[in-house]
Amino acid sequence: MKTLLSSPIALAVFSVLWAGSLGAAPSPPPDAVLINGAGATFPYPIYSKWFDEYHKLHPGIQINYQSIGSGGGIRQVLAGTVDFGATDGPMTDEQISKAKGKILHFPTVLGAVVPTYNIPGVNAELKFTPEALAGIFLGRITKWNDPQLTAPNPEVRLPANDIIVVHRSDGSGTTYVWTDYLSKVSEAWKTRVGKGTSVRWPKDLGGKGNEGVAGLVKQTPNSIGYMELIYAIQNKMPYGQVRNSSGNFVKAELASVTAAAAAAAKEMPDDFRVSITNAPGKAAYPIASFTWLLVPSPIQDGAKRKMIVGFLHWMLTDRQKYAEPLAYAQLPKEVVSKEMNAISEIK
Amino acid sequence: MNGRSLWRKCVNGVMFGLTGLCTLVAVSVLFFILGYLVWNGGRAINWDFFTKLPKPVGETGGGMANAIVGSAKLLLLAALTGVPIGFMGGVYLAEFGGKTFSFLVRYATDLLNGVPSIVMGIFAYTLVVLPMKHFSTLAGGLALGVMMIPIAVRSTEEFLRTVPLSLREGALALGASKWKAIVTVVVPAALRGILTGIILDLARVAGETAPLLFTAFNNRFWSPGWDQPTASLPVMIFTYAIAPYEDWHRQAWAAGLVLLGLVLLANITARVVLSRKLSSVAG
Amino acid sequence: MASTTTLVGGAPRPGRARAFLLRLRSGDEIAHLITLIFASAIILITVLLVFELYRNSALSREKFGWQFLFTRTWDPVFEEFGALPFIFGTVVTSAVGLLLAVPLGVGAAIFLAELAPLRVSDALTFVIELLAAVPSVIYGLLAIFTLVPLLRNTVQPFLKQTLGFLPFFQGPIYGVGLLAAGVVLAIMIVPFIISISREVLLAVPVEQREAALALGATRWESTWKVVVPYARAGILGSIFLAMARALGETMAVTMVIGNDPRISSSLFAPGYSIAAVIANEFTEATGDLYVHALIELGLVLFILTIILNGLARLLILATQRKGTAHP
Repeated sequence: MKTLLSSPIALAVFSVLWAGSLGAAPSPPPDAVLINGAGATFPYPIYSKWFDEYHKLHPGIQINYQSIGSGGGIRQVLAGTVDFGATDGPMTDEQISKAKGKILHFPTVLGAVVPTYNIPGVNAELKFTPEALAGIFLGRITKWNDPQLTAPNPEVRLPANDIIVVHRSDGSGTTYVWTDYLSKVSEAWKTRVGKGTSVRWPKDLGGKGNEGVAGLVKQTPNSIGYMELIYAIQNKMPYGQVRNSSGNFVKAELASVTAAAAAAAKEMPDDFRVSITNAPGKAAYPIASFTWLLVPSPIQDGAKRKMIVGFLHWMLTDRQKYAEPLAYAQLPKEVVSKEMNAISEIK
Repeated sequence: MNGRSLWRKCVNGVMFGLTGLCTLVAVSVLFFILGYLVWNGGRAINWDFFTKLPKPVGETGGGMANAIVGSAKLLLLAALTGVPIGFMGGVYLAEFGGKTFSFLVRYATDLLNGVPSIVMGIFAYTLVVLPMKHFSTLAGGLALGVMMIPIAVRSTEEFLRTVPLSLREGALALGASKWKAIVTVVVPAALRGILTGIILDLARVAGETAPLLFTAFNNRFWSPGWDQPTASLPVMIFTYAIAPYEDWHRQAWAAGLVLLGLVLLANITARVVLSRKLSSVAG
Repeated sequence: MASTTTLVGGAPRPGRARAFLLRLRSGDEIAHLITLIFASAIILITVLLVFELYRNSALSREKFGWQFLFTRTWDPVFEEFGALPFIFGTVVTSAVGLLLAVPLGVGAAIFLAELAPLRVSDALTFVIELLAAVPSVIYGLLAIFTLVPLLRNTVQPFLKQTLGFLPFFQGPIYGVGLLAAGVVLAIMIVPFIISISREVLLAVPVEQREAALALGATRWESTWKVVVPYARAGILGSIFLAMARALGETMAVTMVIGNDPRISSSLFAPGYSIAAVIANEFTEATGDLYVHALIELGLVLFILTIILNGLARLLILATQRKGTAHP
């Protein structure tokens, strides 16, 4: 086989690939269980932290979570291609009816969706009225120095530049929360666009995932986008305050997000699907949301079922404390105890 | 007439100058790409990159060890599916083909070649992922394997056809049956060319991202076996590049450098080997 | 008479099935059968692919019919889907790509085929063909961090100032958008045009050139007026092939096109291509109609590339058979 040997470099390339695939990689322990999940990018920072910590405690369990957007989480869990999903836009009755068994919603943390912006020369915290936000995203307010924006922000010099709107290009729970809020505060938005994980945006650019939107806003001057709070914080991007239903301009933070959930906590429905946007309360942040893990039931694989149940218990007890450093608010106590009971529904 | 011929000489010079400029632009693009990747990727590559797993989002550090191994596994699977089918198909067309059937095979090969890579991903998703109920290395490898088939066929057929008639007839004259002649004389003579064609094919498929998006999906951990999702270099580059984290950008450059390095190495090797072969046949 | 099977050794004629199996004793027949099976696998896979695409787009095809190709709306909430914005984005970015790549590519091919000494030409072509091997995602990676800021900060404002009276260069400047995607595509398809055009030009018989020169033409005139027209069909074929490649390009485009399904007259505006929307929305399309609409888009793209590839093949074949001297 002289001809083979005469391409030694080619052979070398091949051998490297071969060796890499066979020997060089450390394998997980033989009884390791790999659980696959996919869905929302909204809670991705806290989920990846949790799964990493859980893996350190239980090296035999690997939970592989891919943040592809809430729409993806819903679709893949319905198709059965992942063991669990995650979403910030709860499934509709129609979607649930498509599942083979049941799909149970388990709230994990509370988060906030904030309007972030990149205006050259402006680093202040802008105040946004609901009408202003709806107007910007509908394309009716086109310049940064529009009266609806300058009125609540008299000390800030807003330039006369065109506003570039950034939204999600993928199916997103963050979009669901944002459009849910806009539908509640703007009749025009409700009729023209509506709410959903994927909507027909009136304008401008689409980014993939919360990460993509953050990336676009960060790189595009005069842009505004919406994203989960931690993404704005981690990327050191300015984000604005929003006026709530009581008329106060509130900034998204642990206290205001927890306040938003207070009313809902007392009247949590059994299936945990609830919207807390534009919640009542003087200190409530108006664009807050629960985010849920979607767990199918029944789960055929006994080992996986135990793992998932075990993880849920761990997550609901004192691991909630990982949430706050990442700017997610903990679940109200009433919700936690209700969930503990609900876990037994996973068969 | 002097003025006119001066004008024409001028046009001559200018136009050729412009074409030279075009060539310069085209060539410098490659050097720009390489240079940029080496500069940014070179700074980001470290031992961690090759040995560690990705860290949780927002934390710096970590690496892409699982993506490198994942890509290797995918390519292995692609080669195992695409190469036999492509090679045998090429042998059929070059050595055995009947008229209408050959036409059909060629037409099908052409069609397959024209399938956009994202559509190939849809195909593998409906065929493998849905029934299996997971994303898997298997689905990704199969998608890439099917993409390899057309070029493997064409490569095999072309190089088999370049084997001179005298070689074939010589073997037959010595009493070999047709298949023996093919296996012992014709294929070995064409083997170098065929192999280089396949290496080029593998290199092309190594960089494909779209078909993996909904087949192999992605994985933050090692992917055991073949039926679980796996990370791969191209998908990691895509995911990290569009994100806002500086550390992820850094890692994307490193991954880009590694991927491009492998692809270019394979290409340069293959082409050098091929040109030597061609000149040895001609000269 | 029943089939006359010729057997090795001339044994008496058995029944059909036995005859077939006995024939298989001959190595040649086995080899033929094996390779035939693999070759049929190729046909099978292709048929299966087309079938799956067709079957899994049924809901969308039934609901929207041919109107799908002409509807501008893409509304997952109200479940109204139309392919027009994506066809627009795909066609426009490919057109921009070609507009930039063709003069560049043909110009470089002329230089490499006519002017450069053979060894230099070979070396440079080698380098250019390496460009064709660069994965698409790497082009995207580079484009995000180099091309887009360049366009946003320098090129687009310049175009707006100088050519802003044209509708193509009006409107807000984002950096990402149709123009960015077009430029990236141009860079990606240039190597194909150069490589094939150069080969085709080199194949033009030397007598053609010499005849022109003998008649007093300058080298440029001989090239431009005789050689290039002779190779015209092949060059056109390379352009069609490049176009087919541009249409299917996914990653680099989705990273810089802006991902907004709109139709606008300005090249600065964001857009969306068929491949990009499938890549972004496929794993998340909730609802069967949504998925089927996306797959139907894939089918549209596939058919478009088939047509273009077919045309390209015919044209390149035409050059190989005969040169074209008469328009």
